[in-house]
Amino acid sequence: MNGIRDRVAIIGMGCTKFGERWDASAADLMVEAAYEAYADAGIESSDVQAAWLGTVSSFRTGQPLAEALKLDYIPITRVENACATATDAFRNASYAVAAGIYDIVLAVGVEKLKDSGFSGLAVPEAPGSDVTPPTPPPSQFAMAATRYFHQYGIPYEDGKRTLAQIAAKNHHNGTLNSRAHFQQEIGVDQVVNAPMIAWPLGLFDCCGVSDGAAAAIITTPEIARSFRQDYVLVKALALSVGAFGAIRSDWDFTHFPETVRASQSAFQEAGISSPREELDMAMVHDCFTITELIIYEDLGLSQRGRASEDVASGSFTLEGELPVNTDGGLKCFGHPIGASGIRMIYEVYKQLQGKADARQLRKADLGLTHNLGGRPGSFTCSVAIFGAAE
Amino acid sequence: MDLTGIIACGAYVPRFRMGPETEGWTGSAERAVANFDEDSVTMAVAAGLDCIKDRNRQAIDGLIFASTTVPYAEKQGAAIIAAALDLRQDIFTADITDVLRAGTSGLRSALDSVAAGTARQVLVVAADSRQGAPRSETERNSGDGAAAFLVGTDDVFAEFAGFHTITDNMLDNWRSSGDPFIRSWEDRFATEEGLERIIPEAVAGFLDKYTLNIQDIDKVALYGPDARRHTRLARRLGINADQIQDPLFGSLGNTGAAFPLMLLVAALESAEPNQLLLTVSYGDGSDVLAFRTNSSLNGADTGAGGMGGHLESRAAITSYETYAKWREVWLTDDAARRPAPSSPSVSALWREANKNLRFYAGRCDACGYVQYPPQRVCVNCQAMDESSSVRLSDKAGEVFTYSMDYIAGAVDTPLVVSVVDFEGGGRVICMMTDRELEEVKVGMPVSMSFRKLRVVNGIHNYYWKAIPRRFAALESEQVGG
Repeated sequence: MNGIRDRVAIIGMGCTKFGERWDASAADLMVEAAYEAYADAGIESSDVQAAWLGTVSSFRTGQPLAEALKLDYIPITRVENACATATDAFRNASYAVAAGIYDIVLAVGVEKLKDSGFSGLAVPEAPGSDVTPPTPPPSQFAMAATRYFHQYGIPYEDGKRTLAQIAAKNHHNGTLNSRAHFQQEIGVDQVVNAPMIAWPLGLFDCCGVSDGAAAAIITTPEIARSFRQDYVLVKALALSVGAFGAIRSDWDFTHFPETVRASQSAFQEAGISSPREELDMAMVHDCFTITELIIYEDLGLSQRGRASEDVASGSFTLEGELPVNTDGGLKCFGHPIGASGIRMIYEVYKQLQGKADARQLRKADLGLTHNLGGRPGSFTCSVAIFGAAE
Repeated sequence: MDLTGIIACGAYVPRFRMGPETEGWTGSAERAVANFDEDSVTMAVAAGLDCIKDRNRQAIDGLIFASTTVPYAEKQGAAIIAAALDLRQDIFTADITDVLRAGTSGLRSALDSVAAGTARQVLVVAADSRQGAPRSETERNSGDGAAAFLVGTDDVFAEFAGFHTITDNMLDNWRSSGDPFIRSWEDRFATEEGLERIIPEAVAGFLDKYTLNIQDIDKVALYGPDARRHTRLARRLGINADQIQDPLFGSLGNTGAAFPLMLLVAALESAEPNQLLLTVSYGDGSDVLAFRTNSSLNGADTGAGGMGGHLESRAAITSYETYAKWREVWLTDDAARRPAPSSPSVSALWREANKNLRFYAGRCDACGYVQYPPQRVCVNCQAMDESSSVRLSDKAGEVFTYSMDYIAGAVDTPLVVSVVDFEGGGRVICMMTDRELEEVKVGMPVSMSFRKLRVVNGIHNYYWKAIPRRFAALESEQVGG
């Protein structure tokens, strides 16, 4: 196995403003993201030899991308893999370049969620017996929070405050980002006292529902050098798909094996032995505050059951030891499902290039992105690692 | 010939009651109220489980479901109940409906089958959840509940001791297809020419047939639409206060087709050996059924909870508005503009019947791991197609974790979703119902209860939910199918 490390590079990226984009269709969003990426890379639409479109519910095929961008009869594949959709579109595009099939490819992730009229997440399901309980994502992750508090003997009030600190941190980062859906500070008390969504998770423990798109131009490192010096190298692309659901009665609900497995695989591919020391930043799937808390432990950034201590000491803030969700995260960008993964890569790419404006980290050479799709007990998890050009 | 009679009985009264503690309720007494996810089928299943407990379900040859409130106009309720109770497939099933007398008619049919030798054991389940118009007298006096009787010839504790039936075509209460509420004719006509003429005729006919006096009867489980008319009727029949089974108008209410049978269960719970008990129903005539208790009565099976246990296990509804929403007489706007649910797939329901209705998990024959839903490939050892069925519906469960969802759009917001681990293995993620929020905790003991999830495309979709445990859990390792 050769792995993907240093075999492909990103030479251009684009990311729309995320939010309630009443003004824009999914096609408009794809045009916005792709043309920013073209301009950033310094390529024309006609340079793209193949494309991958990630979307969960906005389109069924790759064709709408061809129609929106007027691509020239090139191969396009639609990728759908829950919340890991965008990262998996990026992964497939990268593999095609690494295999030597194409020189320059495009990966786009898009989701238009705000046309449903429903303020929650409206994702159509295949016909079935409809006996499984209606558990929207907040309810699923609330079950993890309930058990986490119980298992580690954390009083409800303390647990809520820890989670609130994560929300407040990400909101602070979002204030420094003009593309974020939400750009205002929130206080810990405000989070703790917010209306309940799925106990114990309140309104500000949940990420928003937004529209958005992001795009990446991928090529080989050799070609990348001819475009720019500050290209970004792909160090690892891992995917782990949970196989056992919540069927096993010995599963604890307080760790997500898919994250553990995907990150172990990614660290190995990237040659990382101590992630907390080696990584400069991590963009993780903070669909809910409890998710981010558990991810700290699953990625090996915090010890089991002790992530609260790292939260309390500010380890993951912009000024902290290992900043997490520097752009504001899903918390501030919302979660247009098919777009989120590439939006995260966009932040790592900008940080590694030193172009992250007010959010710019002092040192940013190695960054990680992480997506978690599905539900506790049955996830599809992607972990990707990127490094600055040598 | 062997004796024919009752070998076990049980009851079901919903946990929730509307009464003096309920804001906006104008009735003076308390009545039992089915939760929003209960109907006659689910209550019949609950009474059936209360009755059969850990008995051998394979021995049951027939199931009769009696109710005036069956879910389908075409499609049998008994077949759903038989599946939920995990009875054999080669059994006789029937619905007896459309008349308040359905419960006693069902019981008599079961006794006839056993006496005729066409079945060894027949289970009769009677349940009703009748809907009066908001603020009507019917609404005030009605209650929801169910009774179950297992009749047979072995270990009989109440022998079938006679019957008399009158059929008298009478329009005093009626409800046509599509009518949301029960209609009635003028009260004085209905009482004088209906209830107070027909029941005395039936009882007199019974006493005459067996050359008995009313004083020979130890206890009468007597139908009556409300407390006042029940008292008048008993007086007219010449029944003394100590002969009349408490009609429970202060705690249960008139439970329709199930009412005389629920009162009979209550009577049996406090009966002595060698007593003569009558159950008297009403509706287009009257059925009178007599039972004589014998020495097997002591320690007899009168249900895991029975009438006494179920009546004691209660919680008050806080407001009439809650009840009105449960019964869908108070329609609410879904402010979230949630997408309308699509029809369940009938072929998927059919394929999953063992999992959804019989509530079977799989136990791997190779490694013993219990898994729900049953898997083709074992989640623990990957053995393929080596699995046996384990019924989880009567297993004791414990909450491993839960959430309380305020936005799921449930009638009983917040929707409690629980992860339940079962004694002997197996984990299920399911809704919790009949709960009060303060009692929901990690580690709380729960039982499973058969409930109606929703009605879409005219399909009543039933499944199991967790409920706070009301009575001691059952020990059962038996699996049907």
